[in-house]
Amino acid sequence: MTITASVTLTINGEDVTREIEPRETLADFLRRDMQLTGTHTGCEMGVCGACLVLVDGKATHGCLVFAVQAEGSTVETIEGLSERGIIGDIQAAFHERNALQCGFCTPGMLVTAHSMLAPPGVPTREEIRDALSGNYCRCTGYEAIVDAIEAVARQRAGEEVAA
Amino acid sequence: MKARAFRYVRPATIAEAFDAFAEAGGEASYLAGGHSLAPALALRLQAPDVLIDIAHIGALRGIVLDGDSLRIGALTRHAEALTDPHIAAHAPLLRMAAPHVAHPAIRNRGTLGGSVALADPAAEFPAVMLAMGAEMEIAGPDGHRRVPAEAFFLDLYQTALEPGELLVAFHVPIARPSHRWAFDEFARRRGDYAVIGAGVMLDMDGPTVAEARIAFLSAAATPVRARQAESCLAGRLLDAGAIADAQQALAGDLDPPDDEQTPAAMRLHLGRVLLGRLLGGLIDNAAVAA
Ligand SMILES: Cc1cc2nc3c(=O)[nH]c(=O)nc-3n(C[C@H](O)[C@H](O)[C@H](O)COP(=O)(O)OP(=O)(O)OC[C@H]3O[C@@H](n4cnc5c(N)ncnc54)[C@H](O)[C@@H]3O)c2cc1C
Ligand code: FES
Ligand code: FES
Repeated sequence: MTITASVTLTINGEDVTREIEPRETLADFLRRDMQLTGTHTGCEMGVCGACLVLVDGKATHGCLVFAVQAEGSTVETIEGLSERGIIGDIQAAFHERNALQCGFCTPGMLVTAHSMLAPPGVPTREEIRDALSGNYCRCTGYEAIVDAIEAVARQRAGEEVAA
Repeated sequence: MKARAFRYVRPATIAEAFDAFAEAGGEASYLAGGHSLAPALALRLQAPDVLIDIAHIGALRGIVLDGDSLRIGALTRHAEALTDPHIAAHAPLLRMAAPHVAHPAIRNRGTLGGSVALADPAAEFPAVMLAMGAEMEIAGPDGHRRVPAEAFFLDLYQTALEPGELLVAFHVPIARPSHRWAFDEFARRRGDYAVIGAGVMLDMDGPTVAEARIAFLSAAATPVRARQAESCLAGRLLDAGAIADAQQALAGDLDPPDDEQTPAAMRLHLGRVLLGRLLGGLIDNAAVAA
């Protein structure tokens, strides 16, 4: 017997109601039921950060939350953040600095970068590394990712950034 | 890497949660932040029939000053320990430990209650509760009771919580002007569980230690008080000699786990180094305050 439950939530601005299995994680729900495959699943145990989305504005691991727990919540995925254009500068900086290679980690990196850059001020490189400690990248060696995030922080603070 | 099928219920009150637990005939787990439980379900280390989501029970929330103690609801998120002004002012050791717990996104959802109920000996908050002398408020079908941290952590992942009971809140004695505190840990990478860590709470009488409370994590099967080290400090001037004695005494206090990466002797050594740094850092503080 399959146990199902109804869930109603807002995803990238759209109200959605679905009948789902409670054991389905939010990450699987977004990928399979909503075809929002920008949310990646790597470790499925909270370690790699590929599945990060915003739940009620806060960075959250899609693999550590069951979709039923998101009842009544507002979820924003990498697709929504991209379409709204609010991370355009971060995406451009990632592109310019070669802060991605295979791209598997990138949606999660961008969610972390977006969250950490939300408060005003320019974080130190140490603080950026700290914020990224739950995001694994197997390609870039992180240096370019830290560069990109630092560059955006400086740009947003109105500083000139050397190309 | 997927959880077994389960039923999901979302009670609004503690009484409803107990009813749901009773109905499930013991085959239920409470779900708070889910950040330890979800991985355990994915790995099939646990496979309950029912998950009881307690995250919407108002009575488990809130941080309020209550006379000489701060009452911190079990559902308080790790991230709130970093931002809440009451915690910063009255339970500063929690604030100091919080940045060491996991990563920012995990701190957004993980709860203090979940961390303490799980009682991972490598976790920061259980050890800090011990160092602060917190009391755990527990609710069961027969009412509420309070258990001091010393009597709460019983063995590896074993606590004083009976099946079906809920951790409701922590009652933390508020820090006074005579208190000095410090927390730190050694971890291989930021956000990793610590190789060893400790929280220290000293009640000073000028430059002399009136009372010391020291609790270690990753140093035994439970978070542990370093009682012999504490008694080396009590009634003494906080100086290099007293600190060296406390460091020596740790051998009798800690029973560090032994594994290939970190032999027990290495953990004990690192525990001594850490205690030396924590207490050394408080000497200056004490002198300034005197
Ligand atoms: C990648 C990763 C890294 C982590 N690193 C660290 C770290 O460095 N340090 C650290 O301390 N933790 C770490 N954690 C664990 C994290 O802090 C968890 O969030 C926390 O231990 C459990 O809190 P929770 O609210 O998520 O509990 P849940 O996962 O919901 O519950 C944990 C257990 O406690 C029980 N429970 C929960 N609340 C109550 C209650 N009020 N009353 C009775 N029982 C209850 C549940 O039934 C369950 O058995 C990490 C987790 C992950 C995924
Ligand atoms: S898939 Fe969620 S953290 Fe790796
Ligand atoms: S770009 Fe390949 S994992 Fe980061």
